[in-house]
Amino acid sequence: MEWTNTIVQGVLTGGLYAMFAAGLSLIFGVMRLVNIAHGDFIVLAAYLALVVTETLGLDPLVSLVIVIPLMAAIGYALQRGLLNRTLGDDLLPPLLVTFGLSVIIQNGLLELFTADSRRLQAGALEVASFEVARGVSIGVLPLLQFVAAVAVIGALQALFYRTAFGRAFRATSDDPAVARLVGLDNAHVFGLAMALSLAVVALAGVLLAVRANFDPAIGPARLIFGFEAVIIGGLGNLWGTLAGGIVLGVAQAIGAKLDPGWQLLAGHLAFLLVLAVKPEGLFPRIRA
Amino acid sequence: MPDPAGDALLDVRALDARYGDFQALFDVSISVGRREVVAIIGANGAGKSTLLKCVAGLMPARRDAIVFDGAPIGDLPAHRIVARGIALVPEGRRLFPSLSVEENLLIGGQLGRPGFWTLARIYELFPALAVRARLPSTALSGGEQQMAALGRALMANPTLLLCDEISLGLAPIVIRDIYARLPAIVAQGTSLVIVEQDIAQALAAAARVYCLQEGRVAFAGAARDATREAVAAAYFGT
Repeated sequence: MEWTNTIVQGVLTGGLYAMFAAGLSLIFGVMRLVNIAHGDFIVLAAYLALVVTETLGLDPLVSLVIVIPLMAAIGYALQRGLLNRTLGDDLLPPLLVTFGLSVIIQNGLLELFTADSRRLQAGALEVASFEVARGVSIGVLPLLQFVAAVAVIGALQALFYRTAFGRAFRATSDDPAVARLVGLDNAHVFGLAMALSLAVVALAGVLLAVRANFDPAIGPARLIFGFEAVIIGGLGNLWGTLAGGIVLGVAQAIGAKLDPGWQLLAGHLAFLLVLAVKPEGLFPRIRA
Repeated sequence: MPDPAGDALLDVRALDARYGDFQALFDVSISVGRREVVAIIGANGAGKSTLLKCVAGLMPARRDAIVFDGAPIGDLPAHRIVARGIALVPEGRRLFPSLSVEENLLIGGQLGRPGFWTLARIYELFPALAVRARLPSTALSGGEQQMAALGRALMANPTLLLCDEISLGLAPIVIRDIYARLPAIVAQGTSLVIVEQDIAQALAAAARVYCLQEGRVAFAGAARDATREAVAAAYFGT
């Protein structure tokens, strides 16, 4: 029963990792941009939520109504104003520029909020849980997180494959020049993709921040979890990303169970194992 | 010879184009009238595709070097030019591989320009596509891919359709089949520019012809005046 519990907790945490990964994989898929600052945007969203909850006295989950559109707007402006200029045949310029953004965001947050650990207060929700079987209890908050992750992945999947919006994303990803010939403004499409990515980041950041302490320096580790979930699941497959997040979450939970110091190590080992055995990921996108 | 000034749908005036240090077009002037079919022929590397890319906005040009429907459009980006009614069928078809056949057509019409062409009418023009609507575009034969690429461009309801090497890599019977549909397109008020290496096919379909040689117009005239000797002279220089 103890092990069942461990695995269930790991699966639930995996949902959060999948959300980190979804935003990352989305922009890589649409514009071949590797966003090194992705983790720092997660932290930025958490701090934005902190400011909103403290100044307006809102519940953290209610603050999403403000934080999600705000992050999306930041994403669009950032893409149009800065990142579009770095895109081209070379993958290096966007990598360097987002690395620079990562440094700027971390230090900006450090300057404004100090290095103190913070947390969003969600009241009774934080500790609420129910027992599904003897010895296996599920926290309401982790479950909410997981459900949100599944909903986000499902919504992105539907958006990509069922709407004109998603069609534009896929077409631009396939062939940006021909996408222009059918009237798609690449710069705008990329802006929308980044807005969507940072909207997902906002949700993930706030859910992270009600469950765990955060400080300005935790971004890069979230980026790594996101990367690992993407690679384990297989690049370009959203449901695979969810599976990747779960594999990572479960591996970390098992590691932590064996020895509290092995949590991160176990996650990285699981990632390396997948990379060694199935480098294309567990569920690679099948392309005709 | 070229239309009287002011009446042409498309007027390319003294267009130069370059790729870095390499100049691909020198002082090229062509015009296309309303509902006219114009062929542009020439050897490999003569600048035919470059000319179409400039008109479609994929390559930058001087603002007044390209005048469409009375307005200078040389400096507009491609997505603004298609909104004005110029669609390009790119060389090599270039369908979107992760989109189905139908999605490829739908995205061609995503600007919502009003006009004759709708999904249903594209399927009437190319019944082979209707059968394969749900398949990924990569599952089509070469000829069907070319039909889909034409359909995608038509979905924008263009007043000027630019076709870059639509016969490339296709069997003669398939080429004839595709060329047989072009009059139905012109009948809806669309002008055509056909860039071809297959000279006989292009001359048969067009009213007027321009021959490019090393980035310059080497011959311009009515298609029926383009005798074998005239074309050979323009192709290879004399």
